[in-house]
Amino acid sequence: MRPVRDLAPSILPLVLEGMGYAVGGKTLLSDVSLVVASGRRLVVMGANGAGKSVFLRLCHGLIEPTSGRRLWADGAARAEAQAMVFQRPVLLRRSVAANLDYPLALKGQSRGMRAEIVAHTLDRFGLTALADRPARLLSGGEQQRLALARAWAMRPQVLFLDEPSSALDPSATRIIEEMVEQFSGEGITIVMTTHNLGQARRLAQDVAFLHRGRLIEHRPAADFFAGPEAPEARAFLAGDLVW
Amino acid sequence: MDGPFATALSLIASGDPALMQIISLSLRVTLTAVLIACVIGLPLGAALALARFIGRGALIVVFNALMGLPPVVAGLIVYLMLSRSGPFGSLGLLFTPSAMIIAQTLLILPIVVSLTRSVVEDLWVEYREQLHSLGAGRLRAVPTLLWDGRVSLLTGVLAGFGRASAEVGAVLIVGGNIAGHTRTMTTAITLETARGQLGLAVALGIILMTLTLSLNAAAWGAGQWARGRLG
Amino acid sequence: MTQCRRSPLLGFASGLAMLAALPAGAQDFITVASTTSTENSGLFEHLLPMFQAETGIEVRVVAQGTGQALETGRRGDVDVVFVHARAQEEQFVADGYGVQRFNVMYNDFVLVGPDNDPANVRAATDVSAAMAAIADASAFFASRGDDSGTHVAEMELWRAAKITPEGSWYLSTGSGMGATLNTASQVPAHALTDRGTWLSFENRGPLEIVFEGDDVLFNPYGIIAVNPEHHPHVKVGQAQVFIDWLVSEEGQAAIASYTVNGEQLFFPSAE
Repeated sequence: MRPVRDLAPSILPLVLEGMGYAVGGKTLLSDVSLVVASGRRLVVMGANGAGKSVFLRLCHGLIEPTSGRRLWADGAARAEAQAMVFQRPVLLRRSVAANLDYPLALKGQSRGMRAEIVAHTLDRFGLTALADRPARLLSGGEQQRLALARAWAMRPQVLFLDEPSSALDPSATRIIEEMVEQFSGEGITIVMTTHNLGQARRLAQDVAFLHRGRLIEHRPAADFFAGPEAPEARAFLAGDLVW
Repeated sequence: MDGPFATALSLIASGDPALMQIISLSLRVTLTAVLIACVIGLPLGAALALARFIGRGALIVVFNALMGLPPVVAGLIVYLMLSRSGPFGSLGLLFTPSAMIIAQTLLILPIVVSLTRSVVEDLWVEYREQLHSLGAGRLRAVPTLLWDGRVSLLTGVLAGFGRASAEVGAVLIVGGNIAGHTRTMTTAITLETARGQLGLAVALGIILMTLTLSLNAAAWGAGQWARGRLG
Repeated sequence: MTQCRRSPLLGFASGLAMLAALPAGAQDFITVASTTSTENSGLFEHLLPMFQAETGIEVRVVAQGTGQALETGRRGDVDVVFVHARAQEEQFVADGYGVQRFNVMYNDFVLVGPDNDPANVRAATDVSAAMAAIADASAFFASRGDDSGTHVAEMELWRAAKITPEGSWYLSTGSGMGATLNTASQVPAHALTDRGTWLSFENRGPLEIVFEGDDVLFNPYGIIAVNPEHHPHVKVGQAQVFIDWLVSEEGQAAIASYTVNGEQLFFPSAE
């Protein structure tokens, strides 16, 4: 069963116009203009504190820009057909299946439909055996897998991922990356942050490079990795600390 | 051994009807009060945790302070409210189990509200972004947070139950300790001690302590189980 | 209270009332404010089942101090007051809160004290001499100290004996009859108590009666229906049925037949 997301009107591209965010007199992100194109995998890179997380949260609508605009193609202030996976997923203190069911119930889907989607999701991500286990007792890798499955079950057109594998070991990381690639293959637009260069090279189709709250490069990944224009990006790729 | 303890044990062992009536009334009154306090206090506590409004801080302080409300004062307030000469006198509730339920609700409510606020506030820090991302606003988050905080909340509810079932001042004033009608375990203990008839008093004391002990054991066990089971 | 003033809280309270609604038959009842000493004597457990069997009326007794019982009556929270403080009772009727006072019965006060009688109270010929003996010996005395009928009677006895009770021997407990007797048996100390409470009191320790029988120790009980002119909701009809029964030959016989350890506690006195 393939989710019927193709029938819904597309919320992409996402257009950011001079988007900025300041809190308490401190500017965390300023003047970001960028178009997130449909069906692409955009990796947001930059050093710690460059504004990657703020960027994702602004795009996802967890916080509102204090300057500039964020425009979805369907005109909604906060598009429904999106999901986000956090660095440390917050799983509810209930079973694996109930965690999958929760956002579907929020969307007001019928009990029968939810049961079908949950069963299908469990099956697709190899979680059926864990369905009745308390989600909080899963291993780190399993928890992140469940978080991705939960996001997928919401049938998003765009999925945001904030350092999804930074707390995981290499094999769990590999599984997460495969899932991201599969989602992308299904047509889901991916926007993710990572400070893992290898992961960025493996997954990125486009790269946005942030430095001190500013977008200083946004190019196809091949071009970016072949030789970034900005000296900060070059230094970053070379493994130098960029502050 | 002879004396009060022997009398107490034989009263308990024989299932003395007066004793059973007192126990059943006490439980009915306190459980009803706990139920009402939860129905009001859980949403109210959650609202205090999540909502931002003027006077919120003052309200939190008031509820925290009310946790220490002396039961006799609670009793006196309810007495003045329910007395025929008071604002709700026409209801004729004074010296009835309903009056005792109201007084005990007043005692339990601040505990439930304050604890719920603190539990929900802590959970909200952890859950806020994730719930928002999944599509739950503050209002919809309330039941989710209450359910995920259920183990901690249960402890608070049991504390409320303990406070209500152990207190004597409030129920004595508003219930009147009427035999067979509003006589609870604690008021009966007071009366029987005053009468110098320590047997029934000791029997009720034993039962009250057993009840409190088992409840606390159950709460502790539930907490341990939940930590292992729910993470 | 008018309909429009009914607040949500009132609705909530009504909900509570329904929640805790009692089993059927609870409608036919009256509430009586009486004193802790009467309750502690066990008299009501003897009388009320007889009355209920005969009339079908349940009597709910709230036991309080005399002053509190009369206040409860004044507030209209009970249908009947049944206490032993004649002057205050007559004032209660004179103020219009009660319909009429009826004599029901009397019992008497006794002086209890340690069985070794350290103050030689047993040698006293009247109660004033007994009180003086206690004060002179500075022997412990536990007083109610709560403005109850018993406490008022005790103060009257000190006054008659021309003694101001003070000093480390005089213990004002500020509590009920039973609690005061519990204190007295532990110290041990002397105490003034009504005979009814004493006879049914089990935790006596070394205490016994050391003085009794003076006419001054006579303790009359009166019963008064709360006046419906002040409180229209009072069940004056059923209240009068109860009073009429208590002062009837049958009720008086029932009072006389109540004994503890073979001793009669209350003596009928209805005219």
